[in-house]
Amino acid sequence: MKFGVVVFPGSNCDADSYHALKDVMGQEVEYIWHKEQNVDRFDCIILPGGFSYGDYLRCGAIARFSPVMDKVVKFADSGKPVIGICNGFQILTEAGLLPGVLTQNQSLKFICKMVSIRIENTNTPFTELCSKKQVLKIPIAHGDGNYYVDKDTLKEMEKNGQILFRYCDNDGETSEKANPNGSIENIAGICNQQGNVIGMMPHPERAVDCALGSEDGKTLFASVIHYLERSSVYDSL
Amino acid sequence: MFKVKIHVVPKKSIADPQGSAVKDALGTIGFSGIEELRIGKIVEIKLDVSNRKNAEIMIEEMCEKLIVNPLIEEYSFEFVEESI
Repeated sequence: MKFGVVVFPGSNCDADSYHALKDVMGQEVEYIWHKEQNVDRFDCIILPGGFSYGDYLRCGAIARFSPVMDKVVKFADSGKPVIGICNGFQILTEAGLLPGVLTQNQSLKFICKMVSIRIENTNTPFTELCSKKQVLKIPIAHGDGNYYVDKDTLKEMEKNGQILFRYCDNDGETSEKANPNGSIENIAGICNQQGNVIGMMPHPERAVDCALGSEDGKTLFASVIHYLERSSVYDSL
Repeated sequence: MFKVKIHVVPKKSIADPQGSAVKDALGTIGFSGIEELRIGKIVEIKLDVSNRKNAEIMIEEMCEKLIVNPLIEEYSFEFVEESI
C-alpha cells in the first residue's frame, strides 16, 4: 500500500502529511512532484495544504493546471481515494473534482486554531472507522475557507451524503458561533458523489500526536488504511 | 495588437466581506450614501491577434477556463487600444 503526497510550488504541509503517514501511521509514502506524469504506483493521493502558486488569481486556480493534475483526475475517476486538505481542497474544487468553492473568510482574517468538527457520513474511505456524529478536534489554518455552493447543489449533496464534516461546538452542536469562517451550513469537508474524493479545510495531519494537542486526525488516516486493506483483500479473492 | 481590460467582480448573490469592510470604513470617515461596494480585480491583456473577433473569442475562453470562477464571479471586458 503506497501513499503519494503531491508537492506543488508553494505547498507547505507536504512534510507534515508525509510525517503523519510514514512515522505515525507506519505507511509507505512518496512525494509526487507536480510535474510528474505517472501516479499508477499509488493507492491513495494526498493534495496537501499550503499556498500553491502563491494563491495567485484564486486559491488553487493555477495548481489545478499543473501537469500532475490530469493524472490525479484519472486516478480519482478510477475510484481510488484522493484527499485534499486545505489548499488541496481548494485545488480539488477548482479542478471540478468537488462541487463548490472556498472563498475568503467572513472575518477577513487568517484563522489558525483548534476547532471541533462533527462526522456526518461514515460511509467513505476516510471516515469509515469514525462513528456517526463523532466530534473530532482538528486544527484549521486558512484565510480562504469559507465554503460556498449554490442551494440546488447543496440540496443534492445533502441527499447524497456528500457533507462529511461540519464545524461544531464541543457538544457536537453546529451553531453559528462554532462556524469559524462563514461556511454555508457549517461545512468543513465534503466528498464527491462516489465518496472517493474528499476535501476538508481542517488539517488532520497536524492532529496526530498528543504533543500537538490532538490525535484525532489519526482516525481519518486509520480509516483510509483500513479501507485500502479491505479493498486489497477483495482484489486478491 | 489589442489591449483589453477584463473586469472581474464577485456576483451580487455572493457575500463580499472585503467590499463590506471598505464600505463600512468609508462610512466611518464620513462618506454617506454608499449603497453598494464590491471589490474585484482588473486584468489587462495585450493580444497579438489579427482581428477583434478572434480577440473576443480568446478573451472569453481565457475567462471561462482560468481567469474567472463562474460560481462566484462575473466578468466583462473592454477594448482600450487597437492598433493594426
